[in-house]
Formats: sequence, structure tokens, C-alpha cells
Amino acid sequence: MRIDLEPRRGRQARLEVLAPIAALALAMAIGGLVIALLGKPPLRAFEVYFVEPLTQGWSLQELAVKASPLVLIALGLSFCFRANLWNIGAEGQFIIGGLIGGWLGIATQGGEGGRWILPAMLLLGALGGLAYAMIPAVLRVWLGVSEILTSLMLVYVAELTLDYMVRGPWRDPKGFNFPVTVNFDEDATLPLLVEGGRLHFGVVLTLLAVVGAAIVLSRTLFGFKVRLVGNAPRAARFAGFDDRRLTLAVFAISGAAAGLAGISEVSGQIGQLQPSISPGYGFTAITVAFLGRLSPFGILLAGLVLALTYIGGEAAQIDLKLPLDMTKAFQGILLMCVLAADVFTRYHVRLVSGRGR
Amino acid sequence: MNSDTIQFVLISVVTAATPLIIAAIGELVVERSGILNLGVEGMMIVGAAIGFAAAYESNSTLIGALAGIAAGMALAGLFACLVIGLATNQVATGLALTILGVGLSGLAGAPFVGLKREGAGQLHLPGLSEIPLVGKVLFGEDLFVYFALALVGVVAWFLARTRAGLTLRAVGDNHASAHALGIPVRRVRFLATLFGGGCAGLAGAYISLVYTPFWSPGMTAGRGWIALALVVFASWRPWRLVAGALLFGGATAGQLHAQLLGLPLPAQAMSAVPYLATIAALVALSIWDRRGTAAPAALGTPFVPDR
Repeated sequence: MRIDLEPRRGRQARLEVLAPIAALALAMAIGGLVIALLGKPPLRAFEVYFVEPLTQGWSLQELAVKASPLVLIALGLSFCFRANLWNIGAEGQFIIGGLIGGWLGIATQGGEGGRWILPAMLLLGALGGLAYAMIPAVLRVWLGVSEILTSLMLVYVAELTLDYMVRGPWRDPKGFNFPVTVNFDEDATLPLLVEGGRLHFGVVLTLLAVVGAAIVLSRTLFGFKVRLVGNAPRAARFAGFDDRRLTLAVFAISGAAAGLAGISEVSGQIGQLQPSISPGYGFTAITVAFLGRLSPFGILLAGLVLALTYIGGEAAQIDLKLPLDMTKAFQGILLMCVLAADVFTRYHVRLVSGRGR
Repeated sequence: MNSDTIQFVLISVVTAATPLIIAAIGELVVERSGILNLGVEGMMIVGAAIGFAAAYESNSTLIGALAGIAAGMALAGLFACLVIGLATNQVATGLALTILGVGLSGLAGAPFVGLKREGAGQLHLPGLSEIPLVGKVLFGEDLFVYFALALVGVVAWFLARTRAGLTLRAVGDNHASAHALGIPVRRVRFLATLFGGGCAGLAGAYISLVYTPFWSPGMTAGRGWIALALVVFASWRPWRLVAGALLFGGATAGQLHAQLLGLPLPAQAMSAVPYLATIAALVALSIWDRRGTAAPAALGTPFVPDR
């Protein structure tokens, strides 16, 4: 038995829309199988994961709040992935963004306040993420060090740095020894969009970023360069594009996006710093980027789907006693299905009998 | 520091290095065949969970180790079907494998959290194991350590001295030419990937069976990624990899002992040492080794055979 791949001619617009949907369906089927193997009812699990969160007002808000960081990070990553660069340390850039931006929230706590604080926090967060992403980018451009390994190693360093700061120097002295910082003042908290709800201003930032990314990718020379370097690196070199500058630029964009997502989460959702500020958004965003086929509006939809798995995962933990790890396993399966489905848009795939070669 | 303490430190360096050696030697073979499997961390942690579960149920370290190998190979087989059969992107598929592995290990290991079992036995050679200072380091380690070194020797011999090893390297350097010569490129790569998966699974099982004889979620703590970095650091050469692993083992063990000695540094700074050391090692390597990369030429590029 072997698999034969024969290239398709031209682009297959219909297949490119169908592929992610088919991948999602396949991943759900495999996930259901795993759940059945764990001795739980798969249909009920489907309901808990993918239907019930869509039926209530509060959970719809929660969905937007969870999708927001995923979409924002994935938008940034899509620039890297399109240019064939592998920033897989968005989780670390997210954390550093939250940490640097959160510093201002702590520093201004109990002070005079002012309208400048919130924009300054967001700016600091984005710059923090950007600076942190520059480490792997610069090492790659100047020394040829693999950006994959360095960006990933820096995730662990970021987690440990945050852990140290909230347990040590930044711990709230009146916090009964809990490892958390003070609660930010109102001037350092992203405003809510719905009175008494969960939806905060970070969601608006994300929507603006989606539109912005769509314009940059389709309407600017920079967007064209990013697409060209990824699709036809030789042509890009002949055209005289400076791929070093491009590498730095796409890392800067993805780092800033992840950092902004980090400070939005800290300032809009959590309201203080704590030892862990992300349930793995930076890694899930990789799946979001690919499920959305690296296009801004696709990423928006994909972010909502993956946010659903987080909310459904929490509900399934209570309802069905399914461990939270089910969500992670499902995300891995989904990413694999997406990558496999993509092959069908580019090749005719045939199973041929006979020995593999 | 008396000689017993020094010996204790040396042994902890070796045990910290062993899982890195096992996982990295497997990945070295995979990469020499031209496949980049970034899922080492995922295969390792599943190997740790399944290995502990099997060893606990059967009360046998050997069965645990075999189960870890099988689990790593199963995941590697899935990875191979995607990247070799369907020519998917290797980086993204490897990441997916890691995400999946971390999730699966949590599912499989959940019933075993907090359980303990005896670690593996150590070699004991009367006379030799009692030599002061080095006796225990050389002749009194657990059997996995000797197995890991033997594995490196076999891989080094296989790659350099056998026809099959030459074939594997040819596939990794130029898959189109190898294919034209009639070498079954995809089959060679499939087998290499399975070998790498087995090694990663065994390395994970070593961590949950010997290194810290219990299972806890996320216990591999990035060692799979460090193993990947080690392969680069070793310039894809087996024996250099052992030297690199001992260096990292030293960093890990040094961090533990510094904590025990109560050095006035925060625990988090100590824990960050292996990760920072990895980055530093990669940077140092690229500064010293200016002749260009020693990476297999076809590493990470998808292969679609023409007919």
C-alpha cells in the first residue's frame, strides 16, 4: 500500500474553503472516538463542547473574550508563517507583554490615575512582546541560529520570570501571602463593553487588527513581499527583497501582536498579575493560524472555533468529568487534520496497492 | 566537599544527561534521513506517562520501558504517515504532535498522579563499583545509562560503517537523487522516524521510571526541545552528542545542587539555566563554526516522488 500524490493544476478555491471544514469534522470524529474510549458518551460531549456554549448570552461573551487573544496572536503568527519563518514562542511574547504592561498597572495603583495610563500600558505590552520576539529574530538574522528552538526556549524563561516577579518583588503585601500582585486601578483596566458583562475593549482591538492585517496583506507592498518570500523565495531574491529586514519585520509584528494580546488579557480579563496568565493561548494560536489558512478573516472564524474548545472543555470537566487535557489533545488532532486536509487542495491523493517506495 | 559528595554530583550529571542522550540519538537518525520531527517533546511525555502506567500495573521496569518505546513509536508512525505519506509541512506537523502528546499524556496519566514505585536497580560489580570517587559513576549506574551509551555506539557505527547507514545519509542529503537511484526514500524515512519515536518514548519512560520515579503532568519540562537543540549542537554527529548531553546534564544537576546548597539566587533563575544554556550553546556553536551548517542537505524539505 502506498500513497501517490499528483499535483493539481491551478488553485482550487472551493477545496480551500472545504478543507478546513472537513478537517474540523474529522477532528471531531476522532475526538469523539477518544472520548468513547475513555468511557464517556461522545454525542453528549459534542453537545457540551460545541453546542451549549453557543446557546447562552454569558457564554457567547466568554467566547469572544477567549477568542480575542487567540485571533490577535494568530494574526501576528500568520505573517511569520507566510514568510516561512517559525516563531513558535508566541506564548512567551504574550507573557512578557502582560508582564511589562502590567508593571505600569502596578506602579500606578493607588496613585492619581489618568487617562494616559491605559494606552501607555497597551503600548508597553506590545513593545515588550516585540522586544522579546526580537531575540530569536536577531539571532537568526545575524548568526543563523534556528528561530524555532530559541523562540521556544524563551517561553520557559518568560514563564519563570513571571512566576518570580509575582511571588517575589511584585507580590501584593496585603494579599494574605497569595502569589498575586495588587489589583489594577480602574484607569489601568480595559473598559467593559456591556454593563456587568465580560466583554471588554480588547475584543474591539482584535477586530481592528483583523481589518488592519487584511489591508496590509492584500493592499500593500509589504504584504506582497511577505507572501512572495513564502511562496517563491527565489523570485523574491531576484526581485532584490531584503529577507533579513523582512525577517525582523514579521517577528516584530508577531511579537507585538502577542504582547498586545498579553496585556489585553491582563488588563481586561484578569485585572492583576498572577503566576499563570495564559492557558496556552500562544500555542493554540498556531492551530488557529493554520485552521484559518493564514488569512485574517479565516483566523477570526478559527479563533472562535478554538475558543469554543476552551469553554466546552471547562464545561465538560464539570459535566462529564473529562480532564482539561482533552482540549489540548483535541487541538493537536485538529492541527494534524488541518495540515492533512491542506494536502488535498494541492494534490490528487491516491491510495495505490503495491510496495511503498 | 568529600569524595562521596563529588561522586553524588557526578552521578546526578549522568542521570540528567541520559534521557537527553537517548532522545537526541533517535532524533539524530531521523534528521540524518532528512526528516525534522519537532514532536520529540510530545513523544517523550507520552512515553513517560504510558511507561509509568505500564510499569505500575505490571510491576516491571522493563515492561514500562517497552511500553514507553511502543507509545513513542505509535506517535512517530502517525507523524510519518502525515509528513512522509502526505508530504505535510514538517515543522507544523511536529508542533501538532507535541500539542497532541502533551494532551494525551495528561489523559493517560491522570489515574497515576501521585503514585510511587521503586526506581530501577543499579549495576553492581564487586570491587569495581567500590573504587572511591569514580567507582559508582563508571560501574554503578542504572542499566539505562549503559544502554544509552551502547545505543550511541551502534548508531555511530551504523551511520559510518554500514551500507544501510550510507543509504540513510544519502536519502537525507538528496532525496531526489536517492529516489532516481532506486532507493525507497519514503520507506527509509519511515523506519528512521519510527526509530526516533521509540528512542523518544524510551527517554520519557526513563524520566518517569528512573530519574524521578513517579508520574506528574508536564514532567519532561522541555527536555524534548533540548534534545532537538543537542542534535544541532552536535553537528549531527553521534559522539559529540554525548559530550553535549553531559554539559546539559551538568547544567541541570548544577541547578539542583545549587538549590540544595541554598545559593542566594531565586529558584526560578536556577530553573531557567537549562533553557538559557541551550540558547547560549546554539549561539556559541554558530560563532565558532563559521564553515557553514553541517545539517543534512534535504532536512525538512517535503518529498513527493515523481513517477
